[in-house]
Amino acid sequence: MNVLSIQNARKKFGQVVALDGATFDLRQGELLALLGPNGAGKTTLIRAIAGRVRLDGGEIRLFDRVLDGRLTPPELGIVPQEIALYPLLTARENLQAFGALHGLAAPQLSKNVDWVLERTGLADRADEPVKQFSGGMRRRLNIACGVLHQPRVVLLDEPTVGVDPQSRDRIYDMLAELAASGVSLLLTTHHLEEAEARCSRTVIIDHGRVIAAGTMSELVDQTIGRYRLVTLRLDSPLDTTAFLKATGTDNDADADPRIVKARMQDVAAELPPLLERIRTAGRAVDDVEVRGPSLQSVFIHLTGRELRE
Amino acid sequence: MGTLLWVGWTNLRRDRVAQMLTFLLPIVFFSIFATVFGGQGDASTARIRIAVVDEDRSEVSARLIDGLKNEKGLRAQTTADASGAGTPLDRTAAERLVRSGDVPVAVVIPLGLGEAFSQNGFAGGGPSIQLLSDVSDPIAPQMVLGLLQKVAMTAAPDLLMQGGMRQFEKYAGAMTPQQKTAVDAWLPRLKAQGGSGGNATGDASAGAMPIGVQVVDVMRTDNRRGSLVSFYAAGIGVMFLLFSSVAGAGGALLDEAEAGTLERLLSTNLGMTGVLMGKWILLALIGCLQLTVMFLWGRVAFGLPLFSHLPGFAVMTIITAAAAAGFGLVLATLARSRAQLSGFSTILILTMSALGGSMFPRFLMSETMQKFGLLTFNAWALDGYLKVFWRQAPIWQLWPQVLVLLILTAMFLSVARLLARRWEAA
Repeated sequence: MNVLSIQNARKKFGQVVALDGATFDLRQGELLALLGPNGAGKTTLIRAIAGRVRLDGGEIRLFDRVLDGRLTPPELGIVPQEIALYPLLTARENLQAFGALHGLAAPQLSKNVDWVLERTGLADRADEPVKQFSGGMRRRLNIACGVLHQPRVVLLDEPTVGVDPQSRDRIYDMLAELAASGVSLLLTTHHLEEAEARCSRTVIIDHGRVIAAGTMSELVDQTIGRYRLVTLRLDSPLDTTAFLKATGTDNDADADPRIVKARMQDVAAELPPLLERIRTAGRAVDDVEVRGPSLQSVFIHLTGRELRE
Repeated sequence: MGTLLWVGWTNLRRDRVAQMLTFLLPIVFFSIFATVFGGQGDASTARIRIAVVDEDRSEVSARLIDGLKNEKGLRAQTTADASGAGTPLDRTAAERLVRSGDVPVAVVIPLGLGEAFSQNGFAGGGPSIQLLSDVSDPIAPQMVLGLLQKVAMTAAPDLLMQGGMRQFEKYAGAMTPQQKTAVDAWLPRLKAQGGSGGNATGDASAGAMPIGVQVVDVMRTDNRRGSLVSFYAAGIGVMFLLFSSVAGAGGALLDEAEAGTLERLLSTNLGMTGVLMGKWILLALIGCLQLTVMFLWGRVAFGLPLFSHLPGFAVMTIITAAAAAGFGLVLATLARSRAQLSGFSTILILTMSALGGSMFPRFLMSETMQKFGLLTFNAWALDGYLKVFWRQAPIWQLWPQVLVLLILTAMFLSVARLLARRWEAA
């Protein structure tokens, strides 16, 4: 079931087109990654859903209700990219403040604060000022403040930026738990590996338009197709041009002349003949690497550039 | 070394704000202070207003009043209305004018002065002229005293001479008929001189004292030092209240916007109006506390009569802090960055404080500057505090100040709300 539906969203800031007809859905209980290079329109989209940007055209529906773009709907939880916390307050005080502002009253507020502290692994540091926290702890508390009032849909703008791998894992564990409990999460990220490994679906946005959306396998099927990239390193250079032509293999023009690359639909059937030909040519294989299709290759295929450009 | 100079100079050339702070700001301040404290070089604007009561109704009193009216340093008022209309002032009305702060000094010419003056001349001995004044004012009564002596010496030289001659005859024997003829011939010339020479140069007060002058403090305060301290407590207090309100509002809005907490607050049930109201109430409460601490310290360290003026103090403090908080929010919503806020507010607050009397009492400024000062927030706040602590005014008399500050508060909040729209949905 779709909980959030963005249809043909358009927004211009002066002459700059931020959104150019973006369309996608968020389903209940899923963790959806919104991927795109800088300036693709991710943050504008998140802000539009949050009621912070008014669209020039198109519509956003939340639980089948069209949002007017003026107020943040109560079903939404927002986790901004900045660490939006009061550094002199303790973790508990921050949570109590934002919880109260979201309309939570005394017994429920206290219960929710304890629940979210436990969930974020901050219970034992709850009464310390936030300024003493590490970057990862602040990030977790930043998320906690956005989910404290138990929203049904959570928007997270780069929730793991600048944190160490352990904290990142912890954050994704937390998000997965929320998703498992029926909460729908939409997050923007620059980390392709994270989106690939931890999110149920991915939406790729560029120049304000959605250029692909789906699960990892759907994206691969839609774009580069299913194959394995096999990379061989030989003990000495080969006359690559002639060899590649003969074997149908590939190499980058400026790459190491000892490297040979091949795309294979069926590695078990196609790799042994290639190894045989190399042996026949009088070369030995030092190393073999077999890689499946990645979001990185999908992304490059779609946008023609690396994500961090 | 040369490279460093080049980098520094290029940075300065490209930083408009730094250029303004370095070159324009000192010139702006110099001009403001020169205007406020230098009276723009126009002596006529620095006249002291006085009320004059003629209980004597003699030729001497009439001549003195004419002399006071012609005196360039004074603006004398003899009737209930400052424009010259209405009934002649009596002592009670004049005292009321001093107490209310409408004039700093009232001159009362008592019954019998004219007779004693013409009888005794320089020897004095008659009833004294009374200067009804607030003696906490360090300047106005002293200036009026000096000018009064000068007027007495120059306004009626013929009468003074006649009195002198009578005293001379009393102790030195009668003059010969020729001497009398010579004196009589000279007296009309003296009278003519007096009529036109009211503004003769020279420091009359430093010479002989032809008439006695008694300075009467009409303020009921028993602690003059305390009321002067209260002026400075209010003056400095209001100036710093403005600074701290702007800093607080900047912290509340600009810093929160930068940190992202404003965005988070706006995603809650509060909304921008709620955020602004919350910040305004907090800033106003902190302002009240700040002024209270300042006045308490004034009480402890300088004997400021705080506890005997609590209701008036409470009214002025609450309303002043509320308006200052609104002012802070306007500047914070107007500024695009902390640096802009800091530079702009420093200029504005110091200017307002100079014009509004936080640094130098407004009643000692020229009339033009006094009127100009009423455009500032400080002037109204300080006038209110002065009424409470200096003029001992009952609380209801604070209504003009309270009304103006309330209107200012409403205006500030409305403008801040409009400007804050930039943080709402784009």
